Amino acid sequence: MADYLYLIPLLPLIGFLINGLLIGRLPKPVISLVGCGSIGLSLVLSLFAFFELRSLPEASRLIEQVLFTWVPAGSFHVNIAYLLDPLSAVMILVVTGVGFLIHVYSVGYMAHDPGYGRYFAYLNLFTFSMLTLVLADNYLLMFVGWEGVGLCSYLLIGFWFEKQSASDAGKKAFIVNRIGDFGFLLGMFIIFWQVGSLDFTVVMASAPTAFVAGGGLITAACLLMFVGATGKSAQIPLYVWLPDAMEGPTPVSALIHAATMVTAGVYMIARSSALFIMAPDALMVVAIVGAATALFAATIGLVQNDIKRVLAYSTVSQLGYMFLACGVAAFSAGIFHLMTHAFFKALLFLGAGSVIHAMSNEQDIRKMGGLKKHLPITYWTFLLACLAIAGIPGFSGFFSKDEILWKALSSNHGHLLLYVVGLVTALLTAFYMFRLLYLTFHGNERMDEHTKHHLHESPKMMTVPLMVLAVLSVIGGYVGMPHVLGATNYFEHWLAPIMASETGHGGEAATDLHMSGAGNTTLELGLMFLAVALIVCAILYARHLYLNKPEIATRLRERFSGLHTVLYNKYFVDEIYGAVIVRPLIYGSVFLWKVVDVVMIDGLANGFARVGQDMAELFKYAQSGRVRGYATVFVAGVVVLVGYLVMR
Amino acid sequence: MTVPISAYLTLAAVLFGIGTIGVLMSRNIIILFMCIELMLNSANLALIAFSRALNMMDGHVMVFLVLTVAAAEAAVGLAMIITIFRNRETINIDRYSMMKW
Repeated sequence: MADYLYLIPLLPLIGFLINGLLIGRLPKPVISLVGCGSIGLSLVLSLFAFFELRSLPEASRLIEQVLFTWVPAGSFHVNIAYLLDPLSAVMILVVTGVGFLIHVYSVGYMAHDPGYGRYFAYLNLFTFSMLTLVLADNYLLMFVGWEGVGLCSYLLIGFWFEKQSASDAGKKAFIVNRIGDFGFLLGMFIIFWQVGSLDFTVVMASAPTAFVAGGGLITAACLLMFVGATGKSAQIPLYVWLPDAMEGPTPVSALIHAATMVTAGVYMIARSSALFIMAPDALMVVAIVGAATALFAATIGLVQNDIKRVLAYSTVSQLGYMFLACGVAAFSAGIFHLMTHAFFKALLFLGAGSVIHAMSNEQDIRKMGGLKKHLPITYWTFLLACLAIAGIPGFSGFFSKDEILWKALSSNHGHLLLYVVGLVTALLTAFYMFRLLYLTFHGNERMDEHTKHHLHESPKMMTVPLMVLAVLSVIGGYVGMPHVLGATNYFEHWLAPIMASETGHGGEAATDLHMSGAGNTTLELGLMFLAVALIVCAILYARHLYLNKPEIATRLRERFSGLHTVLYNKYFVDEIYGAVIVRPLIYGSVFLWKVVDVVMIDGLANGFARVGQDMAELFKYAQSGRVRGYATVFVAGVVVLVGYLVMR
Repeated sequence: MTVPISAYLTLAAVLFGIGTIGVLMSRNIIILFMCIELMLNSANLALIAFSRALNMMDGHVMVFLVLTVAAAEAAVGLAMIITIFRNRETINIDRYSMMKW
């Protein structure tokens, strides 16, 4: 049964080995074929695995494949084993599906790059790591994937390493992630200490007995793991690396920094839902951090002028949404948004890549405008993605966002404040996405003549993935329609067996029954309409500001110049981190170097040497080099000894 | 007429003293070398004298041992002196000060 499970991550690894070992020796078509083919096969196998899993009865939807024992150290026993359950099935479909499209897109996008082979090798290695992460059946193997994607992220952000800013951004991403990983490791230690195993199935099953619900230990474990999640998934306070990560090639931003890797934190929390549900305090922290990040990043996104940076802050904001969902114990809503977000955000990034491609690597939206007629396919797909992320009914983002908002209010862990923050974020999201759309594709053409002359729609290799993703962005939401519209939420139902809820293992049905009373139905529908109305207003306002009356936008900017400066400079967070953490660290290091190392440690070592030298200076006169002198001393010694023996 | 043992021992002591003073005072490495031989032989004399006085053969054995060592030492020592002389063109021991600091 599903013996081919291990092939899903293995194929990209083989692709990596072929492309990586034969770097610079393969012609481009072969590289493309290996790069895309390996993940394409993975996608096919993932689909097989998914349908095989679906054909099983609901209660036994769990396929485990143990390859071999990795760490047999007494009671600490870890296998290399893959676990396919509804959650990882969704994840491998997202990773291989979106990943495959982005690989294909890259063939067009990177066609003229000298590092073509290296690029595909990294991309395949990334896919392997990501699949290991989501298919792992224990925390340790998951951590291997977790570190692997971090490494690939570093390699791909710094792909154009001859650029100082790119290599700096790569280092920043890696170092910031290390801080989070530290938390993840500590959380893992606590789990092993209490449960004695790191296997997901064992941990989740024995968590209720191994931990005291709501106790300090489980809260600490969950919070520490959440620290790991904030690093990987770019939440406050460790989100700073993601906007800088836009230095990498655009398809990389789409794959790693929008669709897959950054969602690993959400996946990890959803995977550990049985633990988190026992730690309400940790859940509250997750919800608050998620909501705060969502709002915070959205406000920064309002004023950025780099097309990719807007999308980067949007990603941070949407990830905040997913954490908000997890924080109110609506794990399946979080995963649902993860999936829809993967579709439309990958599409947005690829669309942005197409624009950048056409604009001869210009990323400043102030120098764009009117691209609609030059890049029709890019425009229409970008528009669909914008509608999806804004949450217009009928598009995928609507369903997932609406579910999160409703859960933020109605869940036992929810709160009115969380709902309001979520709603405001939704408005801001709609506003800045359409600001981006209007500035880029509508209005006057603000680029210079040379660039204008070169404007062209991207090749088929790039537009076809855009169109496929556009279709997914539209229809992706229909698998999780809300109950209140009289539909069945297949997605939630699919995930129910493994998502912990208040009522224990076995589904959120109870909470839903509780919530779908007549009054609540009206309330939910009302809120849905309210949100949609507000979002439409936000879009129209963006249209008004940036399309019809650009001078108002300028006036507003001048009027609130202080606020604008703060937002434009991202709340000066990088500067604050620099002053509070990096500078003291540098000073501390200089102190350790100049004082502790040079003066104290070197001083001690050199001091001993100096003492030896001075003593030698004193005694060197004994070594006269005259043989007769030595003989005299020798005879004197003998006389003294004999004299002593005789006189005794 | 029997010579008393004290006479042998006095002669041995005198020879040993001459040898020692020769080693300490001489600058010529050959003379120094011969003085060392003198010291060895004075020791031999003392051993023989005691052996005779005490009617024991141990002393003789020791003397043969010392003679062998002295012969070996003379062979090696002279060879070394010749080599050093070839190198440094001197037999003045005070000029052999390579090991000085």
